[in-house]
Amino acid sequence: MDMSILFGRLTLDAIPLHEPIIMGATAFMGLVGLGVVYAIHSNRFWVPLWKDWLCSVDHKKIGIMYIILALVMLLRGFSDAIMMRSQQAMAAGGTQGYLPPEHFDQVFTAHGVIMIFFMAMPFVIGLMNVVVPLQIGARDVAFPFLNSLSFWLTVSGALLINASLAIGSFARTGWLAYPPLSELAYSPDVGVDYYIWALQISGVGTTLAGVNFIATILKMRAPGMDLMKMPIFTWTTLCTNMLIVAAFPVLTGTLALLSLDRYLGMHFFTNDHGGNPMNYVNLIWMWGHPEVYILMIPLFGAFSEIIATFSGKPLFGYKSMVYATMGIAGLSFLVWLHHFFTMGSGANVNTFFGITTMIISVPTGVKIFNWLFTMYKGRVRMTVPVMWTIGFMLTFTIGGMTGVMLALPGADFVLHNSLFLIAHFHNVIIGGVVFGCFAAMNYWFPKAFGFTLNETLGKAAFWCWFIGFYLAFMPLYALGFMGATRRLQHYADLAWQPYFIVAACGAAVILLGIVFQVAQLVVSIRDREQNRDLTGDPWNGRTLEWATSSPPPFYNFAKTPKVEALDAWHDMKKKGISPLPDTFAPIHMPRNTWAGFVIGIAGVPLGFALIWHIWWLAGVSFIGMVGAAIVHSFNEDRDYYVPADEVAEIEGRIALAKVA
Amino acid sequence: MNSITMGVPHHGHHDDHEHHDQFGTVQLGFWIYLMTDCVLFCTLFATYAVMSTAFDGGPNPHTIFELPYVAVETALLLFSSLTYGIAMIGAHQGKRGMTMGWLLVTAMFGLGFLGMEIHEFSKLIAEGAGPDRSGWLSSFFTLVGTHGLHVTSGLVWMTVMLVQLAKSGLNETTIRRLTCLSLFWHFLDIVWIGVFSFVYLMGVSA
Amino acid sequence: MSAHSHSDAHASHGGLKPYAIGFVLAVLLTALPFGAVMKGMVSGVQAVELIMGTAVVQILVHLHFFLHIDRKTDRWTLQALFFTIFVLGVIVSGSLWVMFHLNHNMMPMMPIDG
Repeated sequence: MDMSILFGRLTLDAIPLHEPIIMGATAFMGLVGLGVVYAIHSNRFWVPLWKDWLCSVDHKKIGIMYIILALVMLLRGFSDAIMMRSQQAMAAGGTQGYLPPEHFDQVFTAHGVIMIFFMAMPFVIGLMNVVVPLQIGARDVAFPFLNSLSFWLTVSGALLINASLAIGSFARTGWLAYPPLSELAYSPDVGVDYYIWALQISGVGTTLAGVNFIATILKMRAPGMDLMKMPIFTWTTLCTNMLIVAAFPVLTGTLALLSLDRYLGMHFFTNDHGGNPMNYVNLIWMWGHPEVYILMIPLFGAFSEIIATFSGKPLFGYKSMVYATMGIAGLSFLVWLHHFFTMGSGANVNTFFGITTMIISVPTGVKIFNWLFTMYKGRVRMTVPVMWTIGFMLTFTIGGMTGVMLALPGADFVLHNSLFLIAHFHNVIIGGVVFGCFAAMNYWFPKAFGFTLNETLGKAAFWCWFIGFYLAFMPLYALGFMGATRRLQHYADLAWQPYFIVAACGAAVILLGIVFQVAQLVVSIRDREQNRDLTGDPWNGRTLEWATSSPPPFYNFAKTPKVEALDAWHDMKKKGISPLPDTFAPIHMPRNTWAGFVIGIAGVPLGFALIWHIWWLAGVSFIGMVGAAIVHSFNEDRDYYVPADEVAEIEGRIALAKVA
Repeated sequence: MNSITMGVPHHGHHDDHEHHDQFGTVQLGFWIYLMTDCVLFCTLFATYAVMSTAFDGGPNPHTIFELPYVAVETALLLFSSLTYGIAMIGAHQGKRGMTMGWLLVTAMFGLGFLGMEIHEFSKLIAEGAGPDRSGWLSSFFTLVGTHGLHVTSGLVWMTVMLVQLAKSGLNETTIRRLTCLSLFWHFLDIVWIGVFSFVYLMGVSA
Repeated sequence: MSAHSHSDAHASHGGLKPYAIGFVLAVLLTALPFGAVMKGMVSGVQAVELIMGTAVVQILVHLHFFLHIDRKTDRWTLQALFFTIFVLGVIVSGSLWVMFHLNHNMMPMMPIDG
C-alpha cells in the first residue's frame, strides 16, 4: 500500500534514533511531559484544567499561561545556548567538538527562533495581558475569545518547534531563514517547513492580539482616564501593538511567499527564473526591525512603572516619555536596512538608513535620563525589580552604544555578521528585554498570584545573570574585532579559544542564575502563606492594578473606578477614595469557551500535516478550524451577569482576609 | 470598610454604556484587522513591483492580459459593492427579506467574479504561464490569487450570515456582523482597484 | 433587542444616494483608464499618471461613499487609516528604492541560464 497518501513524506526514519543528544533531549522532554501529566492526575486537576484554564477567556489566566510558556521555552532556548558555548569553547584549531555542523546549525537556528518567538514574545504579551486591563480599570480585554485563540495559536507554534526535535529536523538557516539557503533546492528537508508553519500559525495569534489590545486600550479605559492619564506601561503597550499590527502582516506575507516557492515551485526568492533573494532580506527585516522594538517597548514601560514606584515619586517627564515612545515606534519603520548594509544598496541608501538609525537612539536616550531623574532625590528601595532595572540601564546603554557604532555603514562593513554584532544584540536584548521580563515578573508576581517572590534568591539570580552576561558577551566584542564571524561550528585560530572559554564560563554563571530563579519559584510557592500579599498593594504602587486584591477577583473591579489624575491609584490613596462601591451591582462578564482552545490547538495537526505533506490531514484540520469558528459564531450564550450578592460575598471575603 | 448592602440587581447605567460601546469596539477592532490585511496586500504589491520585469524571457503582460475580460471582472465586483450597500440599507430598515435577497445577489456577483478568475488562472497554467514559470508570474498569481482567496472567504462568510439571518433574523449581533462584512467586502473592492490599475492596466500600457 | 441599534452614528446611512453616486463615479473612474489604455491613447509616464490618478480618486470615492468615511468618522478609525497609509508608503517606496539600488549594484549583467 502506498503509505505516502496516508503519511505524506513522514516515515519512521524521521525519528533521529542515531543521534544520542537529540534522543536524550527528546527523552527528557517526554519525561517532563509525563511528570506534568502525573501531577495533574494526582491532583485531580483535569476538569479544573479544562474548565478554568484551557477554556478561560480571563486575561489574567491567559497572561499567566503565556508567561509559563515563555519560561518553559526559555529553558529550551537556553539549552541551545549552553550547547553552542560549550561547542565553541572546545572546537579550536583542528578539534571538531561534539556537535557536528548539521546539528550545530539547527541549534543556533532553534536558539534564535525560540528566544524571539516563543520566549520573548509570549512573555511580553503575557505581561500586557495580566497588567493592562487592570491598569485601565477594565474587566477584561475587548475581545476575550480572540485573546484565548491568540494564546493557543502561539502554543501550537511552540509545540511544532518542540516536535521538530523528535520528528524530523529543524531549519539550519539561522533564525530568519534567508533564501536561497532556505529554498527547496538547498534545504529540501522538513526543517524550514517546521520553521515556516510554527511562525505563520503563531504569527496569526500575535497579529490578533495586536488588534485586541489596541481596541482594549482605545475603547475600554475607565471613565476619566484620558490618554495622557494612562499609566506609562499602558502607553507602551499601545505603541507596541500598533507596531504589531503594522509589522506582522509583512512577516506573514514574506513567509507565505517563501512557502509558495517551496510548495508550489514559485520563484520569489530562487536564484533562477527571475527570483530575487535580496527581496526576502528586504521584506523580512521590514518586519524584523519593528519586531525588536515590539519586544523592547513594553519593557521600557515596565521599567518606568518599577522605578517610579520604588523611588516613591511620579515618573519624571511622563509627557516626554510618551512622545519618545511614539517617536521610537514611528522611527522603527525607517531603519530596517541597517541589517543589510553590506548587501550592496550603495552609499546613498546606506547613508539614509545610517542616519535614521542614529536618530532613533535619541528618544531612547531621553528615556534613560527620565529614569535617572525619577530616581534622583527619591527614596529608592533596592528591591529585586529595582536591581534588574539598574542592571538594565547600565547594560542596555552599553549595547545601545555599540549599536550606534554599527549604525555607521563603514564600520558595519567590518563588523556585520561578526561576533561583535552578536554581542551587540544580546547586549540590548538580554540587558533590555530579558532583564525587563525578570524585573516585571518580580514586580507583578504578587498581583497575579497573591504572594511575593523570595527576595534573597531573586537577588542571587540577578547577580548571576548580570555577572554571567558580561562574562559571556564581552569577550564576543573582542572576538568580533579579531575577525570571528557568527555561527562558527569550529575555528582555526587558537588565539580565540581563551575568549570562547570565558564566554562559556559566563553561560555557566547564567545557568546558575536560572537555577536560582527556579529555586526562587519553588521556595516562594512553598513559603506562600508567609509571603501572602493581603493588601493588594505590596509595593505602595501608583497605578490601578494595585487597587485590587492579590490576586484580583475574576471581575477585577467591583466598581469601575473614576479616574481623576495620572497615577490614578496614588491619587485615590491621597484623596482617601476607596475602590469599593457603596452598593454592589451585577457585573457583566464573558463566558469561558472551548472555541479558542480547539481552533488554536488545531494549528498543531494543520502545521504538522503541511510540513510532512499529509494533505488529507491538512485539509481536515483546516476545515475543522473554520468549522469550529462557524459553530462558535452560532453560540449566543457568550456572556452572563455576576449577581450582586455574589460580588458582595467575594468582596466581603477579601475584606476579611485583609484584617486577618 | 464599606457596609455590604444587598443591591437590587438592575441594569445599571454602566451596563448600557458597555452595550452601546460594544458595537463601536467591534467595529474599531475589525477596522484594525482590515488595516493589517492592507499591510499584507501591500507586501504583495511591493513584491509585485519589485518583480514587475522578472519575465525570465517568458510571458509578460502584453502576451497574457486581456483587458476586456478584466473589465467584466471589475464590473462584477463593483456591482457587488453596490448591491451589498443596498443589503445594508435593508438591514438598517429592519427588512430581513430585502437584506437576505440583496446579500444573495451580492454573492452571485462575487461568485461570478471568482469563476472568471479561476478560468483565467487555469487557462494560463495550461498554456505554461503558471506561477512557477517566472518571478513575475509568481507575484502576479500570488497577488491576484490572495485577493481571490479573500473574496472566497467573504462568500463563505456571506453564506453563514444568510443562515444566521434565516435563523435569528436581524438583531444586534447579526447587524454588527453584517457591518463588519460590509467593511470587508468594500475593502476587497478597494484592493481590486489597486490590482486592475497597478497590475493589468500599467502592465499593458508600459 | 436594544433600542439604540439602528440609530447609531457608527454607520451613518444616507440611504441609497451615497451608494448610487459612488457607483456612478466608480464606473467613470474605471472606464476612463480602461478605455484610454485599451484604445492605446496613453503609454509610458502619461499612462502611469492617468492610471494611478484615477485609482487614487476611486479609492477615495469608495472610502467616502461606500465605507462612509468623512470628518465625522471615529477618530481612532481615521488615525488607524492614516498610520496604515504611512506604513504602506514606507513598504512600497522603501522596497522600490532599496531593491532598485540593490538590483542595479548586485544583479548579474547577463542573465544566467536557468
